[in-house]
Amino acid sequence: MKAFRKVTAHAVALDRPDVDTDQIIPKQFLKRIERSGFGEFLFFDWRKDPAFELNQPAAKGARILIAGRNFGCGSSREHAPWALEDYGFDAVIAPSFGDIFRQNSLKIGLLPVQLAPEQVKELMARADSGEEITVDLEARTAGGFTFELDDHARECLLEGLDDIALTLRDEPALTAYESAHAAPISTVALA
Amino acid sequence: MGRTLFDKVWESHLVPREEGGPKLLYVDLHLVHEVTSPQAFEGLRVAGRRVRRPDLTLATMDHNVVTGDDTPMDELSAQQLEALRRNCEEFDVPLYATGSGREGIVHVIGPELGITQPGMTIVCGDSHTSTHGAFGALAFGIGTSEVEHVLATQTLQQNKPRSMRIRFEGELPPDSTAKDVVLAAIGRLGVDGGVGYVIEYAGPVIERLSMEGRLTICNMSIEAGARAGMIAPDETTFAYLEGRPGAPKGDAWDQALERWRALPTDDDAVFDEELVIDVSELGSQVTWGTNPGMVVAIDGVVPDPAAMEDADERAAAERALVYMALEAGTPIREIEVGRVFIGSCTNSRIEDLRAAAAVARGHHVHPSVRAMVVPGSAKVKQQAEAEGLDQIFVDAGFEWRRAGCSMCLGMNPDILLPGERCASTSNRNFEGRQGAGGRTHLVSPAVAAATAIAGHFADARELVPA
Repeated sequence: MKAFRKVTAHAVALDRPDVDTDQIIPKQFLKRIERSGFGEFLFFDWRKDPAFELNQPAAKGARILIAGRNFGCGSSREHAPWALEDYGFDAVIAPSFGDIFRQNSLKIGLLPVQLAPEQVKELMARADSGEEITVDLEARTAGGFTFELDDHARECLLEGLDDIALTLRDEPALTAYESAHAAPISTVALA
Repeated sequence: MGRTLFDKVWESHLVPREEGGPKLLYVDLHLVHEVTSPQAFEGLRVAGRRVRRPDLTLATMDHNVVTGDDTPMDELSAQQLEALRRNCEEFDVPLYATGSGREGIVHVIGPELGITQPGMTIVCGDSHTSTHGAFGALAFGIGTSEVEHVLATQTLQQNKPRSMRIRFEGELPPDSTAKDVVLAAIGRLGVDGGVGYVIEYAGPVIERLSMEGRLTICNMSIEAGARAGMIAPDETTFAYLEGRPGAPKGDAWDQALERWRALPTDDDAVFDEELVIDVSELGSQVTWGTNPGMVVAIDGVVPDPAAMEDADERAAAERALVYMALEAGTPIREIEVGRVFIGSCTNSRIEDLRAAAAVARGHHVHPSVRAMVVPGSAKVKQQAEAEGLDQIFVDAGFEWRRAGCSMCLGMNPDILLPGERCASTSNRNFEGRQGAGGRTHLVSPAVAAATAIAGHFADARELVPA
């Protein structure tokens, strides 16, 4: 996973609630079997509108997205954070996130920053005025506001750790669990 | 203090860790499909890892599958299906491929095979995995990185979600269905009201529902933002499971029953959040906007954004009405549709098809409507045909198609064209969900069938007897 420590960059505000993952990356782009190359299709349908936020000259080169509540709701497609990251975003700031989107983002090094609604509105205004925003994971601050993130997720992001390797370090615990618990089903026996 | 159903399933699947870090939750069943798995298998290959428990993993083909003979499969879809076939072969994962007679929507075949059981943990790279909670399983959707983690370790790193209980009280009116109950609940909660929660659905209304109805309710938990939905297992659950291929047999069945009967929430258990909804007056529900929380009764009108207090909500409603090409104040029953879709992991099971067929029997689809019925699995299709439902649909002018996700998400040739308006039994009415520019209204199977016949939103009562 890509590590994340600190970014200072222009931000773009997308001030609408409940932006679903179907908007972030529409289904016709989910057929690729690679992890890369999704950025050009980010917000594919919305980007056809010249007035769309990401089409504004000021949005060029933005590395932080500031969005409304419940950002990334809907489908579990990890293609959504892949597309945001591939497009050039390092962090998304919002009052709340869809659970699966948030989890997916943490797994790939796209930092989801949750702040209070009024703090998000203030950052949107500052972003619109051209101010650069700093997101600092070590200090757990974004634009000067403190945000919460559990220690483990923070550690993994700071170091870019492979969490499968971390889990497999606990192999004796996995084996012990498996020998103590009989599997309720067998898909192999069915087949 | 007593424990909830969710507590019991959660705690019994925690792997005690030596190394510290977040909780490790053991996964009893991992369902896999073509869209969210290729990059996960590739990750295993790159790292030289294997699938830890192929015997707890099952793959099927559903999202990209072609359901009719009218349009061939596109090349990228074919490549994705071929990748799944290769990956399953390389990693020894059982695959129910198209044409095997056992394929179907991943959330339809689990219950149908009897491998979705009370007390299990079930995950899949698909947000509608919450469906399986209808059996008292803890089931939720994950992304591709987590799919890879489960393939490699059979566990997930998880923080425990909060708990919510929604009790449905009263007597559901005869024409109202499980779909109407869950749409109304999402309307109440909002599309983010369940974020961070596992919801247990309870109360007399749930207890009287069939397994199909319960699956419909748990299926849409994610549409309120919830991590999962669960329903306590009871005699209805056990009767559904008994004799299915994956269900325990003989002594093992009796032991399983004993375990399952201990799962329901204890009387003195405490939830982080509780909600009671009375359904005595609940009519058929129809969504008017671009998320499942934008919903009204079929006898209602398109709401007026100007009357909404919350500024975000008002702006979203205004945007939705523009996208949907609807005027505030328009009676729902006067809205005409050009397409009808009966299917998806929400409403494609045998009972859903029976309900739609009961309405369609002896009528004919309106001349300006194209209506499709897509069974959820090859087995559902077989059963429906054995009951003669296919003939009722065909005689009434509906298309009878092969099993798959079909027009729920438009990853296959079944899509809406720009501007087309559809009454759909699926789960999401997001912009472009069923095809770029398409306009989706979520309804129950009975309302979908009646709407196909009337040409505008209607319920069975409104149809002139044939």
